[in-house]
Amino acid sequence: MTEPDTFRQGTVVKPYERLNAEQLALLDAASLKILEETGIWCYNLRAAELFAAHGARVEDEPGTGAPCKRVFFPPEMVRKYIAMAPSRVVLGARDPKNRLLLDACVPRIYFGSGSETNVWLETELEEFQAVNDPARKITAPRYREKRGDALLLARAARLCEQLENLDFFIRPVNIQDRDISQEDHDVNKFFASLNNITKHVQAGLTTRDSLDKVLKMAEIIAGGSEQLRHNPLISFIACVFKSPLQMVADTTDKVFDMVEAGMPVVISSSPQGGSSAPIQEAGMVAQINAEILAGVMLTQLIKPGAPVLYGSVPVRARLDDLHDLYGCPEFNQYNNDTVQLARHYRIPCYSTAGVDDASIPGLQATFEKVFTHLYMGMCGAQYIHYAFGLLERTNIFCPLQAVLDNEQVGKVKHCLRPPKVDQQSIDEVLTMITKVMKSSHRLFTRHTRKATHAGEVSEPYRFGAREHEDGVISRAAAALAELEARPGKHLPPEIQDRIFNEVPGIVPRLLSK
Amino acid sequence: MDNKELLEKLAMNVVQGRIEAEDEGFDEGLEGQPAVTELVNQALEQGISPSQILLAGLTDPMTMVGEKFEQGEYLIPDMLAAAEAVGAGMDILAPRLLKDGVESKGRFVIATVNGDLHDIGKNIVSIMIKGAGYDVIDLGVDVPAERIVEAVREHNAPYLGLSALLTTTMRNMREVIDQLKEAGLDSTRVCIGGAPTSPEFAAEIGADAHCPDAFAVIDWLKTQTA
Repeated sequence: MTEPDTFRQGTVVKPYERLNAEQLALLDAASLKILEETGIWCYNLRAAELFAAHGARVEDEPGTGAPCKRVFFPPEMVRKYIAMAPSRVVLGARDPKNRLLLDACVPRIYFGSGSETNVWLETELEEFQAVNDPARKITAPRYREKRGDALLLARAARLCEQLENLDFFIRPVNIQDRDISQEDHDVNKFFASLNNITKHVQAGLTTRDSLDKVLKMAEIIAGGSEQLRHNPLISFIACVFKSPLQMVADTTDKVFDMVEAGMPVVISSSPQGGSSAPIQEAGMVAQINAEILAGVMLTQLIKPGAPVLYGSVPVRARLDDLHDLYGCPEFNQYNNDTVQLARHYRIPCYSTAGVDDASIPGLQATFEKVFTHLYMGMCGAQYIHYAFGLLERTNIFCPLQAVLDNEQVGKVKHCLRPPKVDQQSIDEVLTMITKVMKSSHRLFTRHTRKATHAGEVSEPYRFGAREHEDGVISRAAAALAELEARPGKHLPPEIQDRIFNEVPGIVPRLLSK
Repeated sequence: MDNKELLEKLAMNVVQGRIEAEDEGFDEGLEGQPAVTELVNQALEQGISPSQILLAGLTDPMTMVGEKFEQGEYLIPDMLAAAEAVGAGMDILAPRLLKDGVESKGRFVIATVNGDLHDIGKNIVSIMIKGAGYDVIDLGVDVPAERIVEAVREHNAPYLGLSALLTTTMRNMREVIDQLKEAGLDSTRVCIGGAPTSPEFAAEIGADAHCPDAFAVIDWLKTQTA
């Protein structure tokens, strides 16, 4: 894959790596041992046959309630096919300037949205009066839940177009319109997204049969079949594994179709430490790595060199209710390790940051988000999803929170910029110091201007206040209103018409003319 | 370069905050080109009157920078650099302006009080008010009350600015004001500033104004008549 002429620059970081070389080798070996000795439970017989044809030992696995094969992979087979995965993947976009260059050998980080929440959380500001002092009033947020639907998804895409620190779009809200059937789910979710954002759009497929319709839509936008493969403005997420170690039938079928169609695919796995994987770091990472390696291997057996991302979303269980727990140290540890492993295999890494347990914006959400936004950015995962607007784990999307996250991710990106320390910058500052020390006031203030006007100096926290009241939420609400008032970047009317006429199932209310 | 072009170039260099040719602006590629010092001298050589240079070449662009600051387009460093450039121009023009009967807006003695070595805020005020057209006598830091009073007397200064950053040194401001009164210099108007000071403290020690920043000093000076 050659480098595209334009792409989002992202932030190239110097990765923090908690595993040393020996620990990395131990985890790699443990994953290969799992694949060789424990094997996987493969419910997709086509995949099992393909694995068998290329060197895997395949046995019947009775008693599982559905046709199932146990597949055992020799380590040399795993190594051979993992090495075929390309280290560089370009994800396209409606606007070529928004393409993403994912290079496993370059820790260039991008942040995007994600999850498919059912709930949209609207923020309303209300004025409250003190009981014992009616003159004392404060403004505070009230939150109202809405059922996610196609128009809200379109609104989310339109907002995400305006968030300058959001690099790609994975739909953050689910379509639950009563008049949209399961069969038409995919065309509506892709159209609601693509008609409102010029950045890369990625999603899973609800039904296998809709792939052709979705590809048709993307080809119309890209200008043709070849143009779409050259500028893949959409890509797919496939969670082929149900942890622990079970390759599911239907999603695996979709992977065959996506890969054969020449489209980029994320092979994603999300075991939960403490329930569907060991809670111990070594066990969790060895298992998820084995699962992802099996999935990546499948893509390379279907089509050698197929563009694929190493999709790792290891989470930990809360031990009081066994829900996912994201804003905890183990989450960062698991995810750091998988980023390192992806780098070791030279496959671009799809990772996670910015998920919290809090149900509304506020201090808890901010703590949990910054904890992972910064840490996972430091780890150098190329493609970090879930980073905008999520609340209550992955159950709620709040546009106001997305605006807050945009500010936070911007600060993280700035913080992780490469140091500007070279001979030229040293010469410049030494000259500056000499000059200032000769001046009467010895102030460096005037010498900040060039860097400030060039955008090299960060701004103060955008929603901060100087008075003794916390005005973050109300300031973010004002910013959200301003962003949502901007005109949308819709597809040209003739393209919308063509898609509407040639791709059946799209609801007319999603057209924007 | 005709007079109009020259004054426009001078104004542009005030906006860019360039004092001398070797200075950078915030735009690329200005280093090495004549800046305020060189252009003011050139303007005088070309026979442009000092008053015209002051107005069109220094004051007008400074006003424009101030407006951009008010609108949030420019930041403190932009204001400071422009004010410093205006101050450099004023140093050249002042004797000629005096000869033409144009006086400064007034003499302003400024100091950080006894026991306090902090001078960032004091220096910023000093630069800004000089850029606003005042004749600034900056006594530096850790200045005893006696020396401040002496400077006010010597320069017949209508304004005095006192700065302190420490809660332990701010009380020395009172000593200065008391000595001013004892010396019969109570017509000199005193403003104070610095992180621990407040309007209440200013009133308590008999200062005329509390100014939390350089802009407040300029605003306060505009309300005074020397």
